[in-house]
Amino acid sequence: MSHPAPHIVTPKGTVAAIKKALGKDLLEVEEANGEVALLVKTDKLVGVMMQLRDTCDYQQLMEIAGVDWPDRDPRFEVVYCLLSLTKNHRIRVHVDTNEDVPVPSVTGIWPVAGWLEREVFDMYGVLFDGNTDLRRILTDYGFQGHPQRKDFPLSGYVELRYSEEEKRVKYEPVQLAQDFRSFDFMSPWEGADYILPGDEKGASK
Amino acid sequence: MSLQQDTAPTTGDEVIQNYTINFGPQHPAAHGVLRLVMELDGEIIERLDPHVGLLHRGTEKLIEHKTYLQALPYFDRLDYCSPLAMEHSYVLAIEKLLDLEVPIRAQYLRVFFAELTRICNHMLNLGSHVMDVGAMTPNLWLFEIREDCLNFFERASGARMHAAWFRPGGVHQDVPLKLLTDIGDWLDKRMPKLFDDALSLVVDNRIFKQRNVDIATVSKEDAIKWGFSGPMIRGSGIPWDIRKSQPYDCYAKMDFDVPVGTKGDCYDRFMVRCEEVRQSMRIMKQCLLEMPEGPVCSDDRKISPPKRAEMKQSMEALIHHFKLYTEGFKVPAGSVYVATESPKGEFGVYLVADGTNKPYRCKIRPTAFSHLQAMEMMSKGHMLADTTAIIGAIDVVFGECDR
Repeated sequence: MSHPAPHIVTPKGTVAAIKKALGKDLLEVEEANGEVALLVKTDKLVGVMMQLRDTCDYQQLMEIAGVDWPDRDPRFEVVYCLLSLTKNHRIRVHVDTNEDVPVPSVTGIWPVAGWLEREVFDMYGVLFDGNTDLRRILTDYGFQGHPQRKDFPLSGYVELRYSEEEKRVKYEPVQLAQDFRSFDFMSPWEGADYILPGDEKGASK
Repeated sequence: MSLQQDTAPTTGDEVIQNYTINFGPQHPAAHGVLRLVMELDGEIIERLDPHVGLLHRGTEKLIEHKTYLQALPYFDRLDYCSPLAMEHSYVLAIEKLLDLEVPIRAQYLRVFFAELTRICNHMLNLGSHVMDVGAMTPNLWLFEIREDCLNFFERASGARMHAAWFRPGGVHQDVPLKLLTDIGDWLDKRMPKLFDDALSLVVDNRIFKQRNVDIATVSKEDAIKWGFSGPMIRGSGIPWDIRKSQPYDCYAKMDFDVPVGTKGDCYDRFMVRCEEVRQSMRIMKQCLLEMPEGPVCSDDRKISPPKRAEMKQSMEALIHHFKLYTEGFKVPAGSVYVATESPKGEFGVYLVADGTNKPYRCKIRPTAFSHLQAMEMMSKGHMLADTTAIIGAIDVVFGECDR
């Protein structure tokens, strides 16, 4: 190991112990970059987390991250980062879900999950079944949409300004003086799928 | 006037309703834009609902649209009180995905300046915590130290706050020897004097103790359940420090102690931070003694750009420079969660790369999020005036909390 990132050693037999504790609820174990990631059944999440906390000693939930994969079928991935203070080890638990399939809430196991789930809900629109306080958290009061989704534009849909005539803050549709420029850096020699202007005939071949 | 007409209520007849107040969003003791909706029974807090997100700038979304190097300066702007500590997690995450080796001198420089950042951050927090509970002078004295730190950052990177000095593969530029000797002198003479002077005014002060001892006591179990980290978990008596247990850069070679609290109240958290400053000074002195000569950035030209002088001579260097600052480097697909011990606690970056030159997803784990969430648990039953002490002891900065 040559990189200087935090040095975490996976204790021997960790993966085997997790496999034994989780049984059929565990779909996949991935060990890459020195980290252990588990893919588990979405509807069995609470039981899995209980097992991981009580049997496998992962006492702390540090983070819940959402990831949007528009091309996959369960579109969203929710990633739970767990930390074991006694074993000095970290694992990640991944579940897949869709917009209309709620993920069981883990607020009953870790109260800290409350806000973390609210953030995933706010940013991706993933629902959490059992979270009693699923309000938006980071976005504005009355905000619409889920900004971290890949199909949500970087500029958003509304902008606000103070209107001197009406003496209040006004929301208006975003108007950009110049189109948003997104450069792609694909080399034209390495399979970029460009259609040269005027060469539409060549592209159709 | 008969006695029967006298209908003025007597004590116990009237039901006094709790009242709900807004603390913030603009309040000097809220350390930024925090809105606390409080339900009070007299002066006792019955319910408390923190509203965060008023400083949300969409950093994570912006990062997805930038190359890896362009995304780096956003990290300075997260916790603007400890900018270099924020960069540290991010560059380590990239290096982990790339499996990139970093020269020893660069590791020492990073640790050295990360510890200077810790001192800088704690000066602000200790000072404002003291000021929140009513003392003015220590804050002014501690700001003198902070000012020194900012000057050192400026001499190293050119910027007082938003340094953007840690880069994937090392640091941007080497520091002059004079800067290191100046910091060494400062650590020996000026810093301990200023720090001890300022602290001598508060640590044994009767009023300061009355405002902090036994306020917001958090048990070990609660600290674990609520995802505490950094001085908050150590204040509760759990000796957990990522620098010790999962060492990154050259922390494994450093000799330092991890202070812990005994009761888990605001005073313990304050004292843990005070001791951390002393330990940081110890680490910095070791760095100065042991720091070797050598390169300060990886020599992998596909990741770190060449020096200016080299570009004048070599066509290849020119091409590398151009490619790195337009297209940037590509990171192999994969995902990592890298957490470091920032001055406020565990600052983590969950980085998902898809093999292109831009991060597919960069989730930032702020320290304040879990601490602030526990505000209701910590302040229930305390007086209204105690909230300022509790917020001060959390050490919350909204650039990082709201992202």
